Amino acid sequence: MPRYSKTFLDHFNNPRNVGVIEDAERVGTEKNEVCGDTMTLYLRMTGDRIKEARFQTLGCSASIAASSVTTELVTGKSVGEARALTRHDIAEALDGIPPAKLHSAVLAIDALKAALDGAEAGGN
Amino acid sequence: MKRQIYLDHAATTPVDPRVLEAMLPYFSENFGNASGVYAISQTSQGALEEAREKVAEILGCSPDEVIFTGGATEADNAAIAGAALGQRESGDHIVTSAIEHHAVLHACESLDDFGFETTYLGVDEFGTVEPEQVAEAVNERTNVVSIMLANNEVGTIEPIAEIGAAVRERAAGLGRKVVFHTDAAQAGGVLDLNVYRLGVDMLTLAAHKFYGPKGVGILYVRNGTPFRPFQYGGSQEGNRRAGTENIPLIVGAAEALRLAVEEQGENNEHCKALRDRLIRGILTKVPNSTLNGHPTERLPNNANFCIDGAAGESILVGLDMEGISASSGSACTSGSLDPSHVLTAMGVPAERAIGSLRLTVGKGNEDRDIDRVLEVLPGIVERLRRVSGVG
Repeated sequence: MPRYSKTFLDHFNNPRNVGVIEDAERVGTEKNEVCGDTMTLYLRMTGDRIKEARFQTLGCSASIAASSVTTELVTGKSVGEARALTRHDIAEALDGIPPAKLHSAVLAIDALKAALDGAEAGGN
Repeated sequence: MKRQIYLDHAATTPVDPRVLEAMLPYFSENFGNASGVYAISQTSQGALEEAREKVAEILGCSPDEVIFTGGATEADNAAIAGAALGQRESGDHIVTSAIEHHAVLHACESLDDFGFETTYLGVDEFGTVEPEQVAEAVNERTNVVSIMLANNEVGTIEPIAEIGAAVRERAAGLGRKVVFHTDAAQAGGVLDLNVYRLGVDMLTLAAHKFYGPKGVGILYVRNGTPFRPFQYGGSQEGNRRAGTENIPLIVGAAEALRLAVEEQGENNEHCKALRDRLIRGILTKVPNSTLNGHPTERLPNNANFCIDGAAGESILVGLDMEGISASSGSACTSGSLDPSHVLTAMGVPAERAIGSLRLTVGKGNEDRDIDRVLEVLPGIVERLRRVSGVG
C-alpha cells in the first residue's frame, strides 16, 4: 500500500462535507470508467460564489480524500477561481498523493468542472 | 503496541524459523558453487540433491524431474514457453483459463508474437473450470494446457485430476502429445501435490507461499515432456535451467515444503476454522456482503467478499490503520486500474467488483485476530457507505 500523508489520512478518516445538498444550484457527477470510482459534487451558490459544497464518493482512499479536500478548496471561491483549480492544487492540499493515485485528483477536478459547467439544477 | 494482524497469506508468508535455520549454513560457511570438484562444492552439491529428493518424494516423482527456479513466475513462464516451443513444429495453440495468475496469462500472451494462439476458457460463477470445456478446446494444434490448481484470489480449487484425464483422452483421440501444466502456487502444503494423482506433466510451486523464502520456485517436468529451456548458460538443473544454483534458497524451499506437508492436516484444520468464522461473521455483521468463490471447494485459508458501497482499497486502508493487513482484488491496490480479471470472469459486475476484500489466514493467526476483524470491519464499511451514499 502506498504511504499516505497525515493530511491525506485525516481527510480519508474524517472526510469534510459528506452528503447531499438537496436544493443545490449545481451538481456534477464524474465516474472513472476504468476503475469505477464515482464522485458527485453538490454546490450551493450565492451569486457567483460557492457558498457550500458537499460530496458523495464511492472509491479508493485517494478519491475520498481528494473529494473531501476539494469541497474545502472551493468553498468561498468564485466560479472563475474554482475553475482555475488543478489536480496539482488538490494533491498539494493533501500534502501529496502517490503518483499512481493522481487519477483521483483528476476525478475530483472533473466532477468540479461538471458541476460548474452543468445547467443550473434549478433549486429543487 | 497493538497486535499486528497479518491476513494476507495468499500474497506471502513469513519464513518459518526452522526453515531459516536450515538455510543459514549455506550463505557464508558452505558457500561453494555446486558445480565445483572440491570439498565445499561437494557439500553444496549434496545439499542440492538432498533438497531435490525431498521435493521429489512429496510430488511422487523422480528427483531428476524437479527443477529449482527463481520463483513461481519464472516456473510458470518456463513451463508455458518451454512446452509451447518444445514442439513448435507440430503445434501453435495453448489452452488456459481466464482466471490464471498473470505469470501464466502474460506468458501465453507473449507467445502471440511467435505465432501462437491462446484460448482463454471462461469459468462458472464460483470460478470453477469445466473439464469437458477444456477437452473441447484442445485441437490438433494444441501444445499445452495450463489450468491452476487453486485460484489465488477467490480460493476456488479446480478439478485438476478430472481436467487432466479429459485432456489426455482428447489428446489420445487426436494422436498428439498435449502437455498439461498446473500452477500450484497456492496449494503447497495445503492440497495433495502427487503429480500422478493429479495427472499433470508440469507443476509450479512457490516457496514463499508455504513459509519458505522468496525468490525460489519449483517446477516439476515429467520425463519425456517436450521442453525448450527458457534460460541459457551452464548445464545446471539437467540443462533445463542455467545459472548457479541458489543453494540456501533451494535448501529453504525444500525444507519449507517438507514441513508444510508434514503439518498439512493440522494447519488446514486451524486455517479452516478461522476462515469459516471469518466468513460467517462477515456475512452476518456486514450487510450487503457476499462470498466470492466456491462455497466448499475452496482453499482452507481463503475468504473473499464483495462489499457493496465501499471500495476494496478504502477498506484496506481502514483496516491497515487498525493494524490489520489484508488485500483486495480490486482495481486500486496494484497500480492497475482494471477490476479483478478473476471476478470479471466469474460474472461479477464492475460496480460490485470494486468492493472486493480478500482475507487469507495462516498458521500464526489466532481466534482473537478474527474477533478483531469482526469488531472493526463493520464500522469501517458503515463509514465508507456514509461517504458513498450507496449500500
